[in-house]
Amino acid sequence: MYYVDLAVTGLSFGCMYALMAVGLTLVYGLLRILHIAHAAVFALGAYITVIVANASGSILLGLLAAIAFTPLFGMAIYRVLYQPLLSYRPDVPMIASVGLLVLMQDAFRIAFGEQGVTFQNNVYLFEIFDIGGERVNAVQIAIVVCTILVFIGLHLFTTRTRIGIAWRATVSQPKIATSFGIDAERVRYLCFAIGSALAALAGGLVGLLDNLVDPVIGYVVSYKALAIIVLGGLGSVRGTLIASLVLGLIESYGTIFIGSWLNRDAIAFVALIVLLLVRPQGLTGVRAP
Amino acid sequence: MSAYDVSVLSVIGINVILAVSLNMISGFCGQISLGHAAFYGAGAYAAALVMIGSGSLPLALLSGAVAGTALGILVGFTSLRVRSDFLAVTTIGINFLFTGFVRKQAWLGGEMGISGIPGSGLGARGNMMMILVFAAMTIALSVYIGRSWMGFAFSAVSEDEDAAATLGINAGAYKLAAFGIGTALAGLAGGLYTFFTQFITADAFDFIFSVMLMAMVVIGGIGSTWGVAIAAIGLTLLPEAIRFVNDYRLLVFGGIMVLVIRVAPGGLAALARRLARGDAK
Repeated sequence: MYYVDLAVTGLSFGCMYALMAVGLTLVYGLLRILHIAHAAVFALGAYITVIVANASGSILLGLLAAIAFTPLFGMAIYRVLYQPLLSYRPDVPMIASVGLLVLMQDAFRIAFGEQGVTFQNNVYLFEIFDIGGERVNAVQIAIVVCTILVFIGLHLFTTRTRIGIAWRATVSQPKIATSFGIDAERVRYLCFAIGSALAALAGGLVGLLDNLVDPVIGYVVSYKALAIIVLGGLGSVRGTLIASLVLGLIESYGTIFIGSWLNRDAIAFVALIVLLLVRPQGLTGVRAP
Repeated sequence: MSAYDVSVLSVIGINVILAVSLNMISGFCGQISLGHAAFYGAGAYAAALVMIGSGSLPLALLSGAVAGTALGILVGFTSLRVRSDFLAVTTIGINFLFTGFVRKQAWLGGEMGISGIPGSGLGARGNMMMILVFAAMTIALSVYIGRSWMGFAFSAVSEDEDAAATLGINAGAYKLAAFGIGTALAGLAGGLYTFFTQFITADAFDFIFSVMLMAMVVIGGIGSTWGVAIAAIGLTLLPEAIRFVNDYRLLVFGGIMVLVIRVAPGGLAALARRLARGDAK
């Protein structure tokens, strides 16, 4: 049973990583920018969730507020920071993105304190379910369910809707897509809006799971989600899901077997570095151009 | 000169070495590294262990540089496999790997770090002089490399690897050289830091510090030795001079970084060149 426990923990962490990373993958796929400030959007979503939830008494309202507001912020990042830098080599906007992340994280610390904000009435965390002998709480279930819904939704969106198909066209051939009358700018705004909404959802759920939103909440995203999108391959949504689950499992088992000489974060990066050396194009990706 | 001045000057010297050496990797050779603190840390730990073991200052500093360069060449090999932004992620990984590893090692002091490292025997002022001499030498080396054939090859690799290859430049070898030299200096800075504080923990070498170093390089102007050295001095002094900046250090650094890239992606150096030419723009 012990190994099953580890697998359950690993997979639920994996789903959490997948939610965090998918927005990053979308942005990378479209613009080839490592949107490190995605972590700041994630933290913003977590803060909005906790503050609105505590003020209104409804956690659901908090999550909805976060999902409604962060897309505006994400689109503003694109407009103000990335759009003017698109003609430079990709590491220029990436460094700007790092700057924005560091700035925002300090701003959160100044505004809401070093200790962070806790949920006053986090009922879901203490609602325990028994599934086939495994004890899981409602937040973990919500994370897994949301991940499944998000990935199915993204799949349907990109294959069945007009704007989704326009998106894929812009990802693979921006110039030709434009000549077919697709407004690439609109697709980019949409990409940042959806990616940010997903980041907010992930932020809110992770905040609920930890029962705490503190200034460093975004760090997990800033480095682990980066590792995941690299592992998953260039902007591949499917690869992101696979890489997240694999990483969740590696960490879960890794902390047991080699946890005495490496911590959880380090294990994730050992996996990343080994894999990059073997397959520089990622798990599912094609070779980088 | 007060004890406070001595310690501020020492920190400035160390940061100048770190920023200028990072500039050789990321500026000259175009290999963005966001894990420079790991090489700095490797040097500091190696110097501390050797100093405790042997008590020899030159040996400790040398082993710091060797440890930095050993880790650096290792990462350099990764740069042969992955390019640009993916390399950046790998170097972030190296930084977390380093701090994660050190925190778990009893023989490296774990979370508590290493304390009671023997002093250099030069006194605080002598230490400062040593650090400043090394900083000056680092700047001189960087200026020299920038003007040499190697500097030309670095910038060719940085601009366009494939085009560099057609010119007969072995891009891989030069990337390894950039990593080797840059990280050796970072390791040396680590050794100097060890003698400066005589107490080290993993916290001093975390990812945030790597970001601060990158901020110095970017603000100074990627590729410009003097710009980067001046930015390193300025950004080290800023929190000391202005109380507000000290409390909100990351807010200010992050803000300046974003502003500089947005307004003048070439940093202070490009601004200065523009002013010198008297351009209206």
